[in-house]
Order: sequence, then C-alpha cells, then structure tokens
Amino acid sequence: MIRALALAFAVLLLGAPAAAAAACPRTSVADLEDEVMCPVCGESLAVARESPLAARERALIQRLVRRCESKQQIKDELVAQFGPSVLALPPRRGFAASAYLVPLLGGVAAIAATALLLRRWRRRAPAPAAAQRPPTAAERRRLEAELDRLR
Amino acid sequence: MRYARAAIFLPLIALIVVLLGYGVAHQHGSRTLDRALSEGRRPAAPAFRLPRLGAQGVARAADWRGQVVVVNFWASWCTPCRDESPLLERWQKRLSGQGATVVGVDTEDVASDALGFAHKMRLTYPLLRDRDGEAAREFGVTGYPETVVLDRRGRVAAVKRGPVDDAFMVEQVAPLLGEAT
Repeated sequence: MIRALALAFAVLLLGAPAAAAAACPRTSVADLEDEVMCPVCGESLAVARESPLAARERALIQRLVRRCESKQQIKDELVAQFGPSVLALPPRRGFAASAYLVPLLGGVAAIAATALLLRRWRRRAPAPAAAQRPPTAAERRRLEAELDRLR
Repeated sequence: MRYARAAIFLPLIALIVVLLGYGVAHQHGSRTLDRALSEGRRPAAPAFRLPRLGAQGVARAADWRGQVVVVNFWASWCTPCRDESPLLERWQKRLSGQGATVVGVDTEDVASDALGFAHKMRLTYPLLRDRDGEAAREFGVTGYPETVVLDRRGRVAAVKRGPVDDAFMVEQVAPLLGEAT
C-alpha cells in the first residue's frame, strides 16, 4: 500500500513539470506575425522583413513566447507598447467597429435593393389570369371554322 | 416605393459621408509647420500630453512654457537617432542653465529598448513616450529623428527633418535664448 502511494506520488512529481512543458510555448512568432502590424512600415509583421522596428517587435514577441504567454496576452502587450493600431484586425468596439459594421450594412442594403427590384419586376410582368380567360363567342366560332377546314 | 428605397439608401450614403469626413479630419497636413516657417511665421505648437518614459506621470507642452524647448522625436531602433543623441546631451548641459531644455520623445518603440538606449547613451534630459506616434504626427513627423524647436511663447520656431548638428543648434536654437517670453 505504502509502495503504491509512493509510486503515485513519484508519477505526479515527475508528471507535473512535463505537463507544464507540454503547454509551453503556447504560441509562436510565426503564429502572430500575420495578426499584428509593424507600426512604421504600414504592413503586417509577416511582410515587414527589412525594418529595424519589425526586428525589435519580433524580438519582443519571442521574449513573451519564451515566458509562456498566450497569443492574447502577447497582443495585449503589443497594444500597450504601440497602441491599438498594432493589431492587423481592428477592435470590435468603438469607431473601429465600423470596419465590421459597414460591410454588414452594405450586405443588408444589397439584399433589400435586390428584393425591391424583384418586386418591381414581378409587378411589371403580364398578369397570367389575362392569358387564361375563356375564348369569346367570335373566337370560338373562328376556332370551329378552322378545325372544320382541317377535317 | 420611392420612400422605401430612400429609407434604405439615405442612411447608407450618410454613413459613407460620415466615414469619409472622419478620415479627412484625421489626416494631418504633414508639412503645415514647414510651410508656415518658410513664410516667416511661427505657428503655435501642438499641445501634446505624453507619459514620461521610465517614470510615473505625464508631461504637457505647457510644463515648459517660458522656456526654449528642443523637442527631439527618436526611437531606439533608429540608427541616426543613436548618432545624434550625444550632441543633444551635450547641448542639454549648455541649455539647461539658460531657460531652455531638450525634450526627447520616444516614438513607436518598445519601452524597455528605449530605456536601455537612454541608459546606454546617458541621457539626462526629460524623456517622454509617444507609443503610437500620435504626437509625432501632430508635429508633422514622418521619419526619425526629427526635431522641432519651440520658442519661449510655445510657438514653433524651427524644424529639422533628419539628425540635428551643431550648425542647426547654433543657428536656430541659440538665437532664441535671448528672446523675451
């Protein structure tokens, strides 16, 4: 019994750092590069190769990755260092949310415009009831005459 | 029918106009100061308010009102900034007793790198932090380093796009020291 408990304790003791090591690093520079900007280059960090600031930014991310920080924690730190414009995707609140809202409104307006046009086209089309009215007496007589001629 | 169409499109057009207006309003004339200076005018300096680098609190342009202020925009990753900083430090020693100062504005930089730079270059003049370059844009800065000289009345008296040298300091800064507030 004591031997089994000691074994379980040893497994826990050895297993804990291994589990922690497996969880770290939680992200990588490559994973973040296309989601953040090089502020002075005006392009994403993935594209900015020559800029000295991009090199500093990569070094900072690398340091944070080594400290086992998550992707969101690293992004938060980059925002603290360079401001919100460092993020490649604008935040979903404040005025920047218009980047998401405007295409959405555009889509809604396009659907509404299409619906309006379809409604108008349908109104302009000839009424099917008119085409299916019963023949008049004159038409019926003419039809009979034509059929007689063919017989 | 016509009203229904207007109800959909008018708000959309209004939104586009508002967005365009916002974009135009946030475009700064990058060379407005240069143009004013070339016409012999001294425009009022933008009223910046920035946190201090490596220290608590914020600093405002008004904190140095009555002094000649050499506002130097720099970054630790900028090689010419490294080259000009000893000259600025030398001038700070000369200016500090005459109602004038150099103010370094670290822009678009990693704060720890900037502090390391300041420590290595032994900078003693006040250092501020402009993390997203907003203050730099207000001054029309498009590259680093750039320096804007303010007279004792808080007006822009000279601009140097690129590293400063002794000639600039002698010709543009020294004459301002004798001016009244």
